[in-house]
Amino acid sequence: MIELVCPAGNFPALKEAVNNGANAVYIGFKDDTNARHFAGLNFNEKNLPKAIDYAHQRGTKVFVAINTYPQPSGWQRWKKAVDSAADLGVDALIMADIGILDYAANKHPQMARHLSVQGSATSYEALRYYQQNFGIKRAVLPRVLSVAQVSQLAKQSPVELEVFGFGSLCIMAEGRCHLSSYVTGESPNTCGACSPAKSVRWEKTPQGLESRLNDVLIDRYDDNENAGYPTLCKGRFSIGKNTFHVLEEPTSLNTIEILPELDEIGIKAIKIEGRQRSPAYTQQVTKVWRQAIDQYYANPENYVPQKQWFDALNKVSEGSQTTLGAYSRPWQ
Amino acid sequence: MKLSIGPLLYFWAVDQIEAFYQDMADAPVDIIYLGETVCSKRRSLGFEQWMELARSIKGKEVVLSTLSLIEAESELKTLKRYCDNGEFTVEANDMAAVQLLSENKVPFTTGPTINVYNAQTLAILHKQGLQRWVMPVELSRQTLTDILAELDDMGIKDKIETEIFSYGHMPLALSARCFTARAHNLPKDQCDLKCIDYPDGLQVKSQEDQSLFTLNGIQTMSGLRYDLYNELQEMQAMGVDIVRISPRSQQMMSLIEAYHQKISAAEGTLPAEGSTYTIADNCNGYWYGEPGMLQNN
Repeated sequence: MIELVCPAGNFPALKEAVNNGANAVYIGFKDDTNARHFAGLNFNEKNLPKAIDYAHQRGTKVFVAINTYPQPSGWQRWKKAVDSAADLGVDALIMADIGILDYAANKHPQMARHLSVQGSATSYEALRYYQQNFGIKRAVLPRVLSVAQVSQLAKQSPVELEVFGFGSLCIMAEGRCHLSSYVTGESPNTCGACSPAKSVRWEKTPQGLESRLNDVLIDRYDDNENAGYPTLCKGRFSIGKNTFHVLEEPTSLNTIEILPELDEIGIKAIKIEGRQRSPAYTQQVTKVWRQAIDQYYANPENYVPQKQWFDALNKVSEGSQTTLGAYSRPWQ
Repeated sequence: MKLSIGPLLYFWAVDQIEAFYQDMADAPVDIIYLGETVCSKRRSLGFEQWMELARSIKGKEVVLSTLSLIEAESELKTLKRYCDNGEFTVEANDMAAVQLLSENKVPFTTGPTINVYNAQTLAILHKQGLQRWVMPVELSRQTLTDILAELDDMGIKDKIETEIFSYGHMPLALSARCFTARAHNLPKDQCDLKCIDYPDGLQVKSQEDQSLFTLNGIQTMSGLRYDLYNELQEMQAMGVDIVRISPRSQQMMSLIEAYHQKISAAEGTLPAEGSTYTIADNCNGYWYGEPGMLQNN
C-alpha cells in the first residue's frame, strides 16, 4: 500500500499526523540543517525523543530531514544532526548534500537514507548515482516532472520513489533555486529558508497593501484581493508595460485525483508538504488523504475522489485553489 | 589565472553563434565551454555541430557543457552522446552527467548548478573523476577560502581547479515551465522559440521599476549582471584558477580585454593601465556573503 508521509513542524502537529493515519511523519531539528528553518518551528534534542516515542508506540515511522547544504563553517553542526537522529533511533534520514550522505552512509550504515527533493534528482541516471555511492533506499522527486515522465523514470529507478501529493508548490527544480538568496541573502540550500519572514515587510499605502522582501516590492493588493505570503516566485512583476504573475500564480498542488495512476506507476509514498503550517492543517490534510488512500485500496476499480475532500483541502490551500502542478502541465 | 568563456546561456541563431565563436577563437581567453545547457528545444546547433565547432577551435581548451535539467528520456540519450564523445572534457551540469562520466571513468568538470557546498563533497567527486569545479553562484569568498583551506588539509588542493562565475547574468533557478513562453501567453510546447528574440534574456522589473530577474526560457537569471572585476586581484591571491565570463550579445571583446588586462596586471605580466571599465550597474553581493543583488564598491 502506498505510504502516507506527513509534515510535523512541532509536537502537536506530529500528534495530529499520527492520530489521523500517517504512515510516517517527517520532522527537522531547530536549526539550519533542514529546509524549513523557521522561527518557532521544529524539534530540539529534549522533545524529539518524546515525539519519536509517541509515533513509534502508535506504529508511525519518523523520518528526519537534514536536507540543506552545509558550508565548511557549519559542517560539524550537520554531522551532529546526523549522529543525533541516528542515536535516537529514527526510521530514516532525508538528505541532499553529497558530503553528508557519504558521512551518514559510513558512520551509520544501518540507518535508512532517503534522497531529499533538495537533491534534485530528476532522472534514473541521477538516482543511480546516489544509490551506487551512498546506498539510498528512497528518493523524493522534484515537482518538475509530468506523470508520464515520473512513469518513465519509475520503470528504471533503482530505488523507491516518493512524490509530493499536496501542499505549496515549488515551481523551480528544488535544490537548484537561488532566487531567495539573490534578494535576501538566505536560500533553501544555504539556510533552509525561502523568502524568509525576517525580510518581509507589509505596508498600507494609497496604492494598496504592499508586500516587500528586503525592500523589494513583491506585490501590491487592492482592497478586494487576498494578500499572499511574498514568496519571490509568486510576486507580481513587470515585463515592459505588463504587470502580472511573471513566474507563477499562488496555487497549491493536489494530486488526489491521480492517486490510482501514482499507485500503478509503482510510487511507494505520497508526501504532504507543510511543516511550516499549523497542527490543524496537518490534521485536516492527513485525514483526507488517509480516507482517499483507504478508499482506493478497498475498491481500486471504482475510486472516485469525493467532493468533500476537495472542499476540505481547498480550505487549507494557499491561494484557495489547487492544481495538479507539473503532473498534468496545462501550461505545456 | 586563466580566463574562460562559459557556455552560451541564451538562444541565438546559427550565424550569430558561429560569428561569436570565431571572435572567441581570437580573443585572449584560455578555455571555451560549448553546448546547450538550458533548453533541449533550442537546436541552432545539434550534438554533431557542437562537436564540429569544438574541433574547429584551435589553441584553446574546449569543454562540452551539458543540459542542466534533465526531464525526458530523449534528453538522457543526448546527454549520453556528450558523455561518450571521447574527444573533449565534459562539464556536468546535472548529477545524471556525473553518473555517466564517472562510470566511463573519464575526468570531468562540474558547472555552477551542481551543488558543491563543502570540501567533503569535492573530495568525493574528485575520487570519481572531478578535476575542476565551478563554485555555485550563491557562495561567498569566505566559504571559498574555507573550502580551499580544507582541500589543502586533505592534500588535494593542487589536484582540483577552482573556477568562479565572475561576469554575467547569473543562472539562479531552473523550472519545468517556460517563463518566456508564459510572458507571451504561449504554452511551452508551442513556444514559437520566442527566446530567439531575447539575445540577452527578457528583463523583469518590480512594479517600482527595479531590475529583478532576467527570463531565459526555463531558466531564471539575475536581473543585474554579476561582476567581480574589482575582485580579480583578490581571487588571484586566494588561489582561484579560472575566471568565467558568461557570453553576452554585445561588446564581448571589450569586456574580455578589460578582464584580461586586469588579470595580467595582477600577475605582473602586463603593466597596470588606467582603465575606463566600470561596474556601475552590476552586482557582486554574493561574493561578500550578502544578498546577490547588492553591490560593494
